[in-house]
Amino acid sequence: MTLDELETGRRALITAVEWDQLAPEEGKRLRALGLDCGARIAVAHRGVFAARDPLAVMVGRMTVALRRVHAKAMQVEPV
Amino acid sequence: MNRSRTAALVGNPNAGKSALFNALTGARQKIANYPGVTVERKSGRLVLPNGEPMELVDLPGSYSFDTTSPDEEVTRKVVHGEFAGEATPEVIVLVLDAANLEQHLVFAQEVLELGRPTVVALNMVDLAERDGLVLDPLALSQALGVPVVPTVAVRRRGLAELVAAIASAEARGEDAAAPQPHITLPERRLAARNMAKAAILSETAQHRLHAGLDKLLLNPWLGPLVLFALLFVVFQAVFAGAAPFADGLEAGVAAISDWVTATLPGGFLRDLLTEGVLAGVGSVVVFLPQIVILFFFILVMEASGYMARAAFLMDRMMAMVGLSGRSFIPLLSSFACAIPGIMATRSIADPKDRLTTILIAPLMTCSARLPVYAVVIAAVVPNRAVFGPVGLQGLVLFGLYVLGIVGAMIAALVLRRTVTRGAASGFIMEMPRYQWPRLKDLAIGLWQRAWIFLRRAGTIIFTVTIVLWLMLSFPKAAPGESQVDASIAGHLANGLAVVVEPIGFNRDMALSLIPAMAAREVAVSSLATTYAVDASDEDSEAAGLREQLAARWTLPMGLAFLAWFVFAPQCLSTIAVARRETNGWKWPAFMLGYLFALAYIFAGATYWLASAAGL
Repeated sequence: MTLDELETGRRALITAVEWDQLAPEEGKRLRALGLDCGARIAVAHRGVFAARDPLAVMVGRMTVALRRVHAKAMQVEPV
Repeated sequence: MNRSRTAALVGNPNAGKSALFNALTGARQKIANYPGVTVERKSGRLVLPNGEPMELVDLPGSYSFDTTSPDEEVTRKVVHGEFAGEATPEVIVLVLDAANLEQHLVFAQEVLELGRPTVVALNMVDLAERDGLVLDPLALSQALGVPVVPTVAVRRRGLAELVAAIASAEARGEDAAAPQPHITLPERRLAARNMAKAAILSETAQHRLHAGLDKLLLNPWLGPLVLFALLFVVFQAVFAGAAPFADGLEAGVAAISDWVTATLPGGFLRDLLTEGVLAGVGSVVVFLPQIVILFFFILVMEASGYMARAAFLMDRMMAMVGLSGRSFIPLLSSFACAIPGIMATRSIADPKDRLTTILIAPLMTCSARLPVYAVVIAAVVPNRAVFGPVGLQGLVLFGLYVLGIVGAMIAALVLRRTVTRGAASGFIMEMPRYQWPRLKDLAIGLWQRAWIFLRRAGTIIFTVTIVLWLMLSFPKAAPGESQVDASIAGHLANGLAVVVEPIGFNRDMALSLIPAMAAREVAVSSLATTYAVDASDEDSEAAGLREQLAARWTLPMGLAFLAWFVFAPQCLSTIAVARRETNGWKWPAFMLGYLFALAYIFAGATYWLASAAGL
C-alpha cells in the first residue's frame, strides 16, 4: 500500500519510493528530511477538508508535512 | 596581512541557530542581502577569550549540500569558499539539535567531509532532557573527531566553552579538521543512526507535550477554529492597538511641522520641509505601529513553532490556486498592510511561490483603502437596507473586500501558469517542536524589521514625496488661478484625464490619482482640496467631501472609482518594498503594469455596466 492509504497512528516502513513520480527538487527535499527507503514512519495527522491533505508524518523524532501526491509515490509496509 | 577572521554557524533548519547567534553576538548584528539573491546575510561580532574580535555569520539552515532552495545554495557556496566577495569561514560552528540528533547528523557528516576546522554545538540539550533524552557529548565528539560543546542558547549555557573551542579551532587551523571520506546518503544515514545511538545514554517516552499540542492544533475541526480565533485577535490588535500609537506619531509629526512653520520664515524651504518632507515622512511613519504589532505576532508564531501548523492547516486551500500553505500568513498580513505582508514572504522557500505571493499581496484590501472606500461609498451608494439589518453600503464594502481576494486568487492562478510558472512547488516542510519564544529574540527580530522598513522604504518614499510635492507646487500659480491647475501635476492630470475618461473618471478624479500614488488615502484629502472644502480636520473634511461627491459624482462614476482602488497599486512604500524584496525593478514594474491594467479594465467595466443598468 502507499503512504497516503496508511491509517493514522499506524507504524510502517517505507519499502520503495517511485522518485520519477516526483519533481527532482521535491525528491531531494524528501530524501534530505529522511523520507527514503528503510525509514520507519507513522502518519500523525491529516489536513482539513474532505481531501485530508496534507499529511504530517513522523520520521524518528521529527514531524514532516507533505502532500498526498508525495505520499502516493511511497510504498509502505505496516510493522 | 590583517585578514578578516570569520566563523560561520551551519546547521539544519530548526537547530536553534538564530537563538545561538543572538546569544553569541547580542544586538550588535548587521543584516544585509547577499548580492544577487534575496537571502539575508546576518553577521555579528564575537569576542574571543583573548579579547580579539571575530566575525560570526549565521548561514541559512540547510538539510544538505544537494541544495533545493536559494538559501541552501548560499550556505553551500559560502562554506565551500565559492561565494564571490565572501570570505571562506576559518571555523565552522556546526549546530545540532540535541533532541533530533539522528536527523541532524546526516548533514553534519556532509559538512565534516569538507575538512574545515569545525566545532559542534550540541544545542538545546535542555529540551532534549525535557523529552527524556540524556546525551553523552564525549562519545559524540569521539565519533565525529571534533570538539562537541553542549549548549542552551536561550539560557546562555555553554557559550563561553563554545567561544573558547572556536578560538582554539582557529588557532590549530587545518589540524582541527576531521576530514572524512565521501560516502553516499544511505551510508551517511546509517552512520548517523549508529552515532546517535552511541551518544544517547538514556531515552524515555517521546515529547508528550508536543504531541498533545498537535492533537489540538492540527485537529481537523478544532485546529482551524483556534487558527481563526488567533487571527481575529491579531487583526484586532493591528487595527485597534496600533491606532493610538499611529495617532501619537501623527500628532508628533504635526507638532514638528507647526514648530517649523512658526520658526522658519515663509518661503520655499519652509514649504518643502512641512508639505514635502514632514508630510511625506509622516505618511510612512504612521504605518510603523501596525508593522511592529503584526510582526510581533508573526515572530511569536514563528518562534513558537505555530507558523508551520498554520501553514499545514491552510495548505489545501492555497493549493487550489497553485500556492502552498506558506503563502497564507503573508497574504493575511496584507489585509493590514501589504508592506509587512511582502516582508513576511521571506519564510517561503520556493522562489516562484514567493514571487507570486509578493505580486498578489497588494490585492488584499489594506487598511489604507478604507478611508477611500468609506468616503466614496457613503457619498454615492444609497443608505438603505437590503434585507434585515444588512445594509447596501456595508454590502458594497464587503463586496470590495471579496473582489480583492477573488482577484488575488485568479491572479495567482494565471501568474503560476505564465510568468511565475515552474514545477508545482508542493508543500514539504519540517514541523518544528513547540517552544516558548524568548523575549530577547523577539526584541531583536522586531527591531530589525522596523529598521529595515524605516530605512529602505523611508529613503525611497521620502525622495518620491518630495518630487511629487515639487510637481504640485511648480510652476507657481498666477493670482486668481488655482495652484493645482497651474502645477506640473495639474497639467499631468489634464493628460491623465484623457486616458481615464473612457472609464468614467472626470478630471478631479484623475488629479486625485496623482498624489494618491504616495498612499491611497491621500486621494481623499486631495479630492477634498480640489473641491475647495474648507476643512480643519479629517472628520469634517470627510463629511464636507461626502456632500460634495454626492452632488458631483454619479453612482457609476463612484463605483468605477471604488473598483479602481481595489486593483490600483497606488502605494509607493509597497513598490519600494517589492523592489527591495525582489532585488531589482523588474518585478515591481511588472506589478505596477498588471495591477494598473486590471484597475483600468475593472473600473471601465464597472462604469459601463452600471451605466447600462441605468444606475
